[in-house]
Amino acid sequence: MTWSPPASCPAPSDALPRRPAALRQPTLSEIFPETAVDAAAPAFALAHLDPGDGPVLWIQDRLSLRESGRPFPPGLGGYELLHLQVSRAQDVLWAMEQGLGCPALGAVIGEIWGTAPAVDFTATKRLALRSEAHGIPAWLIRRGTAPELSAARERWRVAALPARPEPDDARAPGAALWSAELFRTRFRAPGRWVAGHDPQSGNLAFDHAIDMDAAEAQRAMA
Amino acid sequence: MSGGDKLPVLAFPAPRTTEARPRAADPRRLARAAEALRAATEATSGAEGASPVEPAASKQKQEQEIFTPVGMPLPRWRAGPDAAGARPRGTGYMTGGSTTPGEADAARGIMARRILSLHLPRFAIERWQAHAARCGRALPDDVPLALAIEGPHGPVIHAVNAAAEALGIGPGARVVDMRALCPELRTAFAEPRADSAALERLMLWARRWCPWTAIDGTDALIMDITGSEHLWGGEVAMRAEIENRLAGLGLTARTAIAPTRGAAWALARFAPAICDPDALFARTDPLPVAALRLDAATVQLLDRLGLSTIGALRAVPRLSLARRFRANAPEADPLLRLDQLSGRTPEPVDSPDDPPRFAVQARLAEPVIDPVPHLPVLAEELCAGLVAAGFGARRLGLALYRTDGEVAQAQAATSQPSRDPAHMVRLFEGRLDGLDPGFGFDLITLAALVAEALPERQRRLDGTADDAEDLARLIDRLSARFGMGTLTRPLPMPSHLPERQMLWCPALHLPRRAFPPRPHRPLRLFEPPEEVRVLYAVPEGPPAQLLWRRQRLRVARFAGPERIAPEWWRDRPGTRLRDYFRIEDHTGRRFWLYREGLLDDGRGAEPRWFLHGVFA
Repeated sequence: MTWSPPASCPAPSDALPRRPAALRQPTLSEIFPETAVDAAAPAFALAHLDPGDGPVLWIQDRLSLRESGRPFPPGLGGYELLHLQVSRAQDVLWAMEQGLGCPALGAVIGEIWGTAPAVDFTATKRLALRSEAHGIPAWLIRRGTAPELSAARERWRVAALPARPEPDDARAPGAALWSAELFRTRFRAPGRWVAGHDPQSGNLAFDHAIDMDAAEAQRAMA
Repeated sequence: MSGGDKLPVLAFPAPRTTEARPRAADPRRLARAAEALRAATEATSGAEGASPVEPAASKQKQEQEIFTPVGMPLPRWRAGPDAAGARPRGTGYMTGGSTTPGEADAARGIMARRILSLHLPRFAIERWQAHAARCGRALPDDVPLALAIEGPHGPVIHAVNAAAEALGIGPGARVVDMRALCPELRTAFAEPRADSAALERLMLWARRWCPWTAIDGTDALIMDITGSEHLWGGEVAMRAEIENRLAGLGLTARTAIAPTRGAAWALARFAPAICDPDALFARTDPLPVAALRLDAATVQLLDRLGLSTIGALRAVPRLSLARRFRANAPEADPLLRLDQLSGRTPEPVDSPDDPPRFAVQARLAEPVIDPVPHLPVLAEELCAGLVAAGFGARRLGLALYRTDGEVAQAQAATSQPSRDPAHMVRLFEGRLDGLDPGFGFDLITLAALVAEALPERQRRLDGTADDAEDLARLIDRLSARFGMGTLTRPLPMPSHLPERQMLWCPALHLPRRAFPPRPHRPLRLFEPPEEVRVLYAVPEGPPAQLLWRRQRLRVARFAGPERIAPEWWRDRPGTRLRDYFRIEDHTGRRFWLYREGLLDDGRGAEPRWFLHGVFA
């Protein structure tokens, strides 16, 4: 998918809350990256987390590790990392479930490559309930598959967008921007935003509600 | 338990020592002791010149006694009662005084001991070579090899093999100097901590010969074999057995048996032999003073004074030695060392306790196909033992014995010492599924293979567990299920090359630590870097287009280059530098790629391009 932020979309206004209220409650969310090698999906998941909450358990299956690379600690920005490499999708689910039972963790991120029969409605429902019961956010990044039946409370499609301009160098890419589409959600209206770290505060901010009028955008962020 | 408590108690008097214990009520002995005490007091006051009015004859006698050599009257410790009675008085042990009966008795008790000193002169290098042989990279014996440790001015040689020693290379020399002498010298870094751990294991192993075994320095063991030697057929046979066994382990050993620890130490290093109490001074007198466990400065000082052997040192009056050296540390006090060698000052062997062992077993009346229901009971029993001893298990071993004699084993490790039965059972969850029970298991054993001290800790008042404890249990479970190497934590390393900036270590062994973030580093890294084909406008500049994984990416924006030079101290000669670029393609994805080398750096043909990472 290739597009740049349209010039006609509504400008960010201070009246709109910049951070969705529903995301404050930890739950299971799924991310479907537009292209498999894009690092926008893990960056988007990390942007929802606070490094002070505790270490992040990051579980990758074999193909995810080989095709999309391994997390690089100097580029993660202060998150303490526990990396687990497993071979099958059901091992990713088992390890995520174990991790979600440990209150010392800040978050659990799992990466599964391809269509796996093990990742069905029951398995995701278990993860979602466990995540909500223990208050640990869980993120499932699924590459190379279509969004099938799942009990994830929020399902995102994330892709990279051309970055903000670098203030000191006109030819260089600056801070990252992502196109984030919330296409299925339990707590609020779906929507589509340009997401990125706010240059002033450094928090995750959703701007430029695309293809939505102001009332829809207000409802989605409520 | 203190060291003194553990000394072996002899059930019978030492062999050939038939001298009766002196009775305190014997009036003749009492009178003799009183006289000796008076003489000693007079001598001390005479030495200080406090009584100038004494008769000249008395003074002369005192002077003679003051300067009586230290060990001239050789005590006959194991002689008969008549010989002991004929022992001359005023033997000069104390200045001008005689040995009182009680003191002599104590000293005789010390001299009745048999101490074996086991010196391993090549322990570090032999351990290194054995390890190399196990890894399949053993060196032939004729290649000079040295182990080095870091010194204040570069690496210093720590241990050498026989070939290097024949070339004149010895410990303490600098590695660069010895390389100049002998260019074919092979060096490796020594591991003193691993050496000391191996020596500790060897010490526990050596308790097969006698239970009072302790480590003595970095390359020696000390054993109190009193009362154990007859189990091995006497001292000669025992010494031969020890040397043969250690030779079987590939260790060069030099052993000596003597009545005191100091004498055994000296003889093991300078003249390995078995030394009887009667021959103690005859054997130790010719040895150099370095055999007295003195430091180098004191040995040099004694050499300058002309006292190069123990015999020469013993001929010096005690008072002079005491005046000069008494306030010093033990390794700088020749008089104390001399007393320890001769048995005047006791020096017991303080052997540490055996590490406790924790193992439980369940003998089943009927063979079972599924052993899992028996695990909770076993774990509870094991944990009760661990709680009673104040220990926690770090590694667990489960062995299942089949009726037909086959044994199935499973091991699990924990990142923190644990004595929680439920946690132990969960570590074996799913590990016993693939077992072939045959006709069933009839014996199950569960053992804590490695246990560490775990003091009691107060839990939180609200009853919830500690965060660190929860995390440790999660790490144990994941490591037990998927293998120790799959759950990792990044360990920061001092390097600028991205793939060497961190080491992924098993989380089971690595404590938590923060990883410092760095600007302009990608979120993901490809291992290894993937080669891309690149079109560029200028050879030193950024690429204009690249072909990666059969996709054509057009470069929209770029930043760089950031040059990372090869690490010349680690890399092979000819390794090329890297120029890193951050690029953004036309769809907005951001990559980290580098050009390896420059066009005319003389280290190969055209520079190649690699894609190394992806940015957020």
